[in-house]
Amino acid sequence: MNRIVQSFQSLRSAGRKGVIAYLTAGDPDLETTGELVLELAHRGAAMVELGVPFTDPVADGPVIQAASARALQNGVTLDHVLSLAGQLRLKTDIPLLIMTYYNPVFSYGINCFVDDAHKSGIDGLIVPDLPLEESETLNRALNNVGMHLIYLLSPTSSTERIDATVQQAGGFIYCVSSKGVTGVRSEIPASARDLLRRVRSLTELPLALGFGISSPEQVESLGDEGDAVIIGSAIVSLVEEGGQTREIRERVGGYIETFR
Amino acid sequence: MKSLPDSKGYFGSFGGRFVPETLMTALIELEEGYEDCKSDPEFYKEFQYYLENYSGRPTPLYFAARLTARLGGAKIYLKREDLNHTGAHKINNTLGQVLVAKRLGKSRIIAETGAGQHGVATAAVATMFGLECDIYMGEEDMKRQELNVFRMQLLGARVIPVMSGSRTLKDATNEALRDWVSNVENTHYIIGSVVGPHPYPAMVRDFQAVIGYEARGQILESEGKLPNYLVACVGGGSNAAGLFYSFIKDKKVKLIGVEAAGKGLSTGSHAASLSGGRPGVLHGNLSYLLQNAAGQVESAHSISAGLDYPGVGPEHAFLKDSKRAAYEAVTDAEALKAFTLLAECEGIIPALESAHALAYLEQLIPATCPDQVVIVCLSGRGDKDVAEVSKALKEVSI
Repeated sequence: MNRIVQSFQSLRSAGRKGVIAYLTAGDPDLETTGELVLELAHRGAAMVELGVPFTDPVADGPVIQAASARALQNGVTLDHVLSLAGQLRLKTDIPLLIMTYYNPVFSYGINCFVDDAHKSGIDGLIVPDLPLEESETLNRALNNVGMHLIYLLSPTSSTERIDATVQQAGGFIYCVSSKGVTGVRSEIPASARDLLRRVRSLTELPLALGFGISSPEQVESLGDEGDAVIIGSAIVSLVEEGGQTREIRERVGGYIETFR
Repeated sequence: MKSLPDSKGYFGSFGGRFVPETLMTALIELEEGYEDCKSDPEFYKEFQYYLENYSGRPTPLYFAARLTARLGGAKIYLKREDLNHTGAHKINNTLGQVLVAKRLGKSRIIAETGAGQHGVATAAVATMFGLECDIYMGEEDMKRQELNVFRMQLLGARVIPVMSGSRTLKDATNEALRDWVSNVENTHYIIGSVVGPHPYPAMVRDFQAVIGYEARGQILESEGKLPNYLVACVGGGSNAAGLFYSFIKDKKVKLIGVEAAGKGLSTGSHAASLSGGRPGVLHGNLSYLLQNAAGQVESAHSISAGLDYPGVGPEHAFLKDSKRAAYEAVTDAEALKAFTLLAECEGIIPALESAHALAYLEQLIPATCPDQVVIVCLSGRGDKDVAEVSKALKEVSI
């Protein structure tokens, strides 16, 4: 069974909410990213997203934009992220997702990418600039090898769009808390809870809430409907503070533990 | 022939809609809103009214007798888009889109700009309709085009400097998209070229099609026949798309788009997406794109800020692959030479963008005969470029 599906099943049977942690791969370097994934797994993260740096990250706010630029400076490409995942897969069973803009995948070639991602032990793929209408080929190719394309839904999504999306979706649904780009927000708007309710009324799939979440208190915005929160910019900021790898590990690990 | 794009916004295998989910509802709303406008004669009456009375259309199709004599071949006509209000063809599109935005009930306009021409044309129409207006502009471009920054501010717009990436048009577009994702309910994003997600490439082309529509009537009147060649510069490709559209079915009319070869195609320092790129996805559409082997977008280079963009409209990608149009490229140096040539021969200072189209005549005209006809789109006037050109010419002469 796909590790994402498995992970949500055990969360649900334990009656717990999960934390999905995002890292920009290659910031400050790939080796540190690898160590951070293991640390996150050890400290209770349910899943990890490996962000592939891109020159034009239109869905991201300043924190992840800057991390992306640093990783690009280090010459990190989709290739590197896949081989990092392959190495991690030998050491951990935590579900691994790749978050990437579409062009690196398109340039890699969809079929080659799916083959290589599958071999590297990737479980799912998140592509913020690939809406439902453009996703069919990639979704089918991923499903053929037991991987999931994780669809995003937003407070602006109509009921028709939500319905059409959940028909195609697998793994979980990425619910975007509010209009805008990634980045810490002091308050999660009521529209987030409203979106979770609207999506829940149309599917039993696990729902994860992302964009803006940084504190354990905000996990409450999940209510009964949501299964997990996704934390990105808050973690990336802790990585950005720098220092020895050991210090970064401790900082990020300690932070993720506050969500337990 | 079926009309393009198809219902998913594709011109053959190019186009589409690659945007965050948050924008999808707005794009569908825009697509439907624009469809309503297209079927409403009142909309066209209003559009026509402003084109005539605000922008000063129709623009002349001017026979450039001295330039023709100088180059010694086909008769050269210039479609004088430089005579539009605000100095370029850009206003055709901003007028159309602001009328659509008004119908959609939007109270705020945003836009990206490179050279500042689209920014000025957007600021002008937003002010005229009393809408709030924010323009994103790369910090690097703000330095290069100080005068246009001031013009936008005079016209009541806020110019927001963009400090990310290469700090040019590509990054200004990223920032405008981020703003739109955050403020999608009250804001309309006026994209300035035939790029972006569907319906923008088709909608911008339709609003710019007035260029070719007028030119067709004008050349039939003055020459009694269709032209042999149309020549227009291509960055994103809006003036070329607008000039070509009314002639696409006239297979005998050769369509030529001229890209910016910058320092030369072989140097890698250019902005010629069609000549030197390969298919990829940027800013919401699939088209030819300057990118490295890993699919990261490369910075473009051109002396002309308006052509300094790594992508190109998807319809041009389709016209190239289907061989209906040909795409050539000229260097910064060739464009500079054409810039001064037109000033000397005709007393007209062209925009550096338009100078690329003119520069291609040096290659085209020797192969033509005097009874043939060429129409060149003079997409904008060059007042904005004189400081940059004066600097560049000094460098050349050293």
